[in-house]
Amino acid sequence: MGRAAPILTVLCGIFVLWYLAAIWMNATWVYDQASRSNTSVTLAQVIPQTMAQERPLLPPPHQVAQVLWDGVTGQAVTSKRSLVYHGYVTLRGTMMGFALGTLLGVALAMAIVRFRVMELSVMPWAIISQTIPIVALAPMILTVSNQIGIDNREVPKAIIAAYLSFFPVLVSMIKGLRSPDQMQLDLLSTYGASEPQTFFKLRLPASLPYFFASLKVAVAAALVGTIIGELPTGAVEGLGARMLIGSQFGEPLIMWAALFAAAILAGGLILIVGWIERAARARMGVPA
Amino acid sequence: MKDTFHTDRPVIEARGLNLTFQTGDGPVHALKDVDLTINKGDFVSFIGPSGCGKTTFLRCIAALEHPTGGTLTVNGLTPDDARKRRAYGYVFQAAGLYPWRTIAGNVKLPLEIMGFSKAEQEERVRKVLELVELSGFGAKFPWQLSGGMQQRASIARALAFDADILLMDEPFGALDEIVRDRLNEELLKLWARTSKTIGFVTHSIPEAVYLSTKIVVMSPRPGRITDIIDSPLPKDRPLEIRDSPEFIEIAHRVREGLRAGHLDE
Repeated sequence: MGRAAPILTVLCGIFVLWYLAAIWMNATWVYDQASRSNTSVTLAQVIPQTMAQERPLLPPPHQVAQVLWDGVTGQAVTSKRSLVYHGYVTLRGTMMGFALGTLLGVALAMAIVRFRVMELSVMPWAIISQTIPIVALAPMILTVSNQIGIDNREVPKAIIAAYLSFFPVLVSMIKGLRSPDQMQLDLLSTYGASEPQTFFKLRLPASLPYFFASLKVAVAAALVGTIIGELPTGAVEGLGARMLIGSQFGEPLIMWAALFAAAILAGGLILIVGWIERAARARMGVPA
Repeated sequence: MKDTFHTDRPVIEARGLNLTFQTGDGPVHALKDVDLTINKGDFVSFIGPSGCGKTTFLRCIAALEHPTGGTLTVNGLTPDDARKRRAYGYVFQAAGLYPWRTIAGNVKLPLEIMGFSKAEQEERVRKVLELVELSGFGAKFPWQLSGGMQQRASIARALAFDADILLMDEPFGALDEIVRDRLNEELLKLWARTSKTIGFVTHSIPEAVYLSTKIVVMSPRPGRITDIIDSPLPKDRPLEIRDSPEFIEIAHRVREGLRAGHLDE
């Protein structure tokens, strides 16, 4: 309870602000309607009408919650209207991109720590890659993969997700693999340890705390990448596509529901990574 | 200095040893014309102010540094070859235990690297933990042990593969006086039981005199040996021996040697 209190306080504050903003933004429409029918409305009449519009500028929380709930439980999970279905499509893309990005990040970090020439040649490009806005790059990746005959939408999506998620893993793993000090390395050389032995007995285990810290960032980045990958495809599946449809057809409720579904998905993924991290730390003897 | 007390073959022999580091400020003479013979079963302390090359000399024996001149043999081999034959175990100032391994896991580390069988690993870990009086702590993680116990575990790790030579670089430097006294006492017992040859770097005069059969006094810029003292103290040394006239006399001579090295500058 002691830990929940501050979080709940902030949450309440957000809800209050959200409702106030919803009243303020949606009132315009109510006043508009009133002036068209030449009637006047009092503030007390306006407020209820800002709470249940079909196309609100800013839907209040309970409307978003309702649409979200309906999208999750009100449909068969195979339906194109089901957020579970779209969430699953996005989750699948995220996991593929996350796996690919993590693998790439770890592999590059190993190469960079081992070969100085790799640091000089690859590292600047890795940094530059992150300065290019992914929204500009995503359509190109989609077009190119289409051109070279990859019809499957999953592949370009995973590439975009991996593009965003490899970087935090790369940076953390370089730091982690270099974290053993000279004394630790000297100790192993007094045993005549080979390079692979030094890597597996010392560098790799020493880098694990850094690795897990970066996974939390990487999994969130992979989700963002996947959603961006779903936007410009004219994709019909995934939370990104859902957001785009909501925006194009003027259905803000659909958009908001998809947005929150994505946020909940991200939170869940980060929780899971946290559990795995804790299990690994317990095995490695870190005091709780 | 001629060694008259020991007739055994020399374990470590340095002749005209030089080591110059090239730095941005020009060459640094870490070791200059070092001659030293260490015999089997000796307990040799290296004492001197920082920069005198005592640690560098130990690292040369361990093939962690490579001399730029002179000869150095360990068991009649080059330091590199001696290392391949597991001639020595090295103990650093910090225990340097892996936090993700248990105490037994840490002691096992060199055994895994050297390819001992699983059964032999278990057996050796049990034996050396007993030797440093840490039986029953094998399943603990390093953070669960005091600093002194951690350093004992690191000694166990250096002993695990049965090297004849134990090289210790200020192993108790970071510990408080009381723990240090106890570990000194235990180290002497361990030395008596295992009859290893020990090279021990310290900057504590009482520690050097209490432990050693031979005290090598060094001075800096360039790093060199100024005095080698063969201790007349008996092998069996209770802590009280530090109040005896012989002990005080040797300590006095070490202090003189350190001062003489300082006046040279």
